[in-house]
Amino acid sequence: MNLKDKLLSSYLTSQEHLDLDNSLHDIKDEAIKVFEEKGFPSKKQEDWKYTSLNSIIKQDFSLVSKQEDTIEFKDVKKYFIHDLDTYKIVFIDGVYSSYLSETTHDGVDVCLLSAALTKPRYKAVIDVYFNKIAPQDSLTSLNTAFAKEGAYIYVPKGKAVNKPIQILHFSTGNEANLMLQPRNLIVAEENAEVQIIERHQSLNGNAVFTNSVTEIYAGKRAMVDYYKIQNDKENASLIDNTHIDQQDSSEVSVHTFSFGGKLTRNNLNFYQNGEHNNSILKGVTIIEDKQHVDHNTLVHHKQPNCESHQDYKGIFDDNATGVFNGKVVVDSIAQKINAYQSNNNILVSDKASINSKPQLEIFADDVRCSHGCTIGQLDEDALFYMRARGIGVKEGRALLMYAFANNVLESVKIPQLKARITKLIANKLEVNLGFDV
Amino acid sequence: MLEIKNLSAGIEGKDILKGINLKVNAGEVHAIMGPNGSGKSTLSSVIAGKEEYEVSAGDVLFEDESILDLDAEVRAHKGVFLSFQYPVEIPGVSVTNFIKTAINQIRKAKGLEDMPASDMLKMIKEKSELLEIDRKFLSRSLNEGFSGGEKKRNEIFQMAMLEPKLAILDETDSGLDIDALRIVSNGVNKLRSKDNAVIVITHYQRLLDYIVPDFVHVLVDGKIVKSGGKELALELEEKGYDWVKAELAAG
Repeated sequence: MNLKDKLLSSYLTSQEHLDLDNSLHDIKDEAIKVFEEKGFPSKKQEDWKYTSLNSIIKQDFSLVSKQEDTIEFKDVKKYFIHDLDTYKIVFIDGVYSSYLSETTHDGVDVCLLSAALTKPRYKAVIDVYFNKIAPQDSLTSLNTAFAKEGAYIYVPKGKAVNKPIQILHFSTGNEANLMLQPRNLIVAEENAEVQIIERHQSLNGNAVFTNSVTEIYAGKRAMVDYYKIQNDKENASLIDNTHIDQQDSSEVSVHTFSFGGKLTRNNLNFYQNGEHNNSILKGVTIIEDKQHVDHNTLVHHKQPNCESHQDYKGIFDDNATGVFNGKVVVDSIAQKINAYQSNNNILVSDKASINSKPQLEIFADDVRCSHGCTIGQLDEDALFYMRARGIGVKEGRALLMYAFANNVLESVKIPQLKARITKLIANKLEVNLGFDV
Repeated sequence: MLEIKNLSAGIEGKDILKGINLKVNAGEVHAIMGPNGSGKSTLSSVIAGKEEYEVSAGDVLFEDESILDLDAEVRAHKGVFLSFQYPVEIPGVSVTNFIKTAINQIRKAKGLEDMPASDMLKMIKEKSELLEIDRKFLSRSLNEGFSGGEKKRNEIFQMAMLEPKLAILDETDSGLDIDALRIVSNGVNKLRSKDNAVIVITHYQRLLDYIVPDFVHVLVDGKIVKSGGKELALELEEKGYDWVKAELAAG
């Protein structure tokens, strides 16, 4: 049985969704129909031209982990930003781990989607926001049909979460092949603020396939910063679908750090539904071997006087492949838009490749949109400058790549996180030159 | 310290330097002057080891050893320093991290451990004060958005940190206002000693009012056509390069 059929039959036989109230039940039934009709995306679709899911979906995946496993904090400590005081929402093979987590209901809700979907006290928020921001594409719909667990973060009007939140998904490899479908809902009401760090991490070499959906609502003047660390093992594949609804004067940033994994696809969609929005999309990709990272971004400017800033940098070695497909849509009423997009890449090896494709669809006449894309090797003049100061070729190249990638980090607002990412980049590029990181 | 013997070199098969002879001893300051296109920057690039230049004849000895087959970084390890006419911008690497990296790479090549952080900090403080460099400047990305004067001051700061045996200052005066010129020259003068040597490459005499050379050489069309003491620079300033060219033509 192929994976699609397995998912469909699993949905039919599963009783879990029957416990939900009618409206959710209807949403899920509707979603599975969409997935049944559309199936997994194929390379025939324009948006998936350079990324094939075939090698993943022909495998047989378990849809739930049969045994519950516990892991010791000391064994996974390195995957946390552990020198930073945070709330933590931790899942092991898709199941919530209370002893690794630190949640709160003190003025804000930092807890579980499973609770939010089933307990009456959350119903008002769920009714308004759950599955309302995400478009009904096949992968998001697939996730919706199976959605039962993930992070639920609700920040009411005027509140700021007093420390960042880490969301961690561990997979233990107890199942030879495991498919996970976490679902996060983040609602920041008017003037609310929240910072989130998310990571998916497999703990051994067994295959894991994650189809994650995150919906983010940013109310008027809300500020949301979301950081994604994608540094997984060679058999881990991730499709991250993140959908963001921005209201007047809100500012949302999403930083994506892609340093490892078999196949990573980021569908990052910003919908500017208010005026004076600022949307910030940043990414650093550093991969090698046969790894594949695909950034598929959309910024939909639906209202006037807004900004968007996209800056994606990639370094590709060996046979690694990258894709950047950045779409900016400016509706006819969305005048006075400033939309910037840049995608710069370095191909370290002759066999590495990147497909970079900006798409601008502009229907307003008073806008400023710029996009730039470069694919190149390292700057030889800069390398000579370093060598003339005594820095060897290998170290010079590493330092230049480090500098190239590290430049994106200026907008990271959490110093401990910035330090960690800097270190990850330095390690990744084998820059070990004894300077402060 | 440095001996250039009958050096011819160029790019893509066309010689720019056509038989240069020059001997620089420890403790000396030599100025190489010449009009645009005479080969001044080619000479500094060849000594520093820029690979796109091909040497067609002659040799360059540093401390009695040919350095032409050595990589640029190895020449730097031996104590050759080039202050660039156009320092390269490297966004994402701070001045401090860059210089620390360079120092530790040179130490590593000599079989030494990394310089202890406290020594490094002390040295950075001392040398940045010498060049009147602000602390904030040191944490900025290397040369990115620096003014012409800041770039050159940063070059001499690096020279001060690396303490080379031979420093080649390629058009260090270009882009400097009078205050920056004074600071940069003052820095160079303080670094002069009986053990090191400086080659100042310049188009104008102005810099030589501050860094007073022991010898002045005039480079025209890839050859040193005239050498003399510091007074030669003044004569050049007064009479222009055409004077040397005319003298040359007259035989």
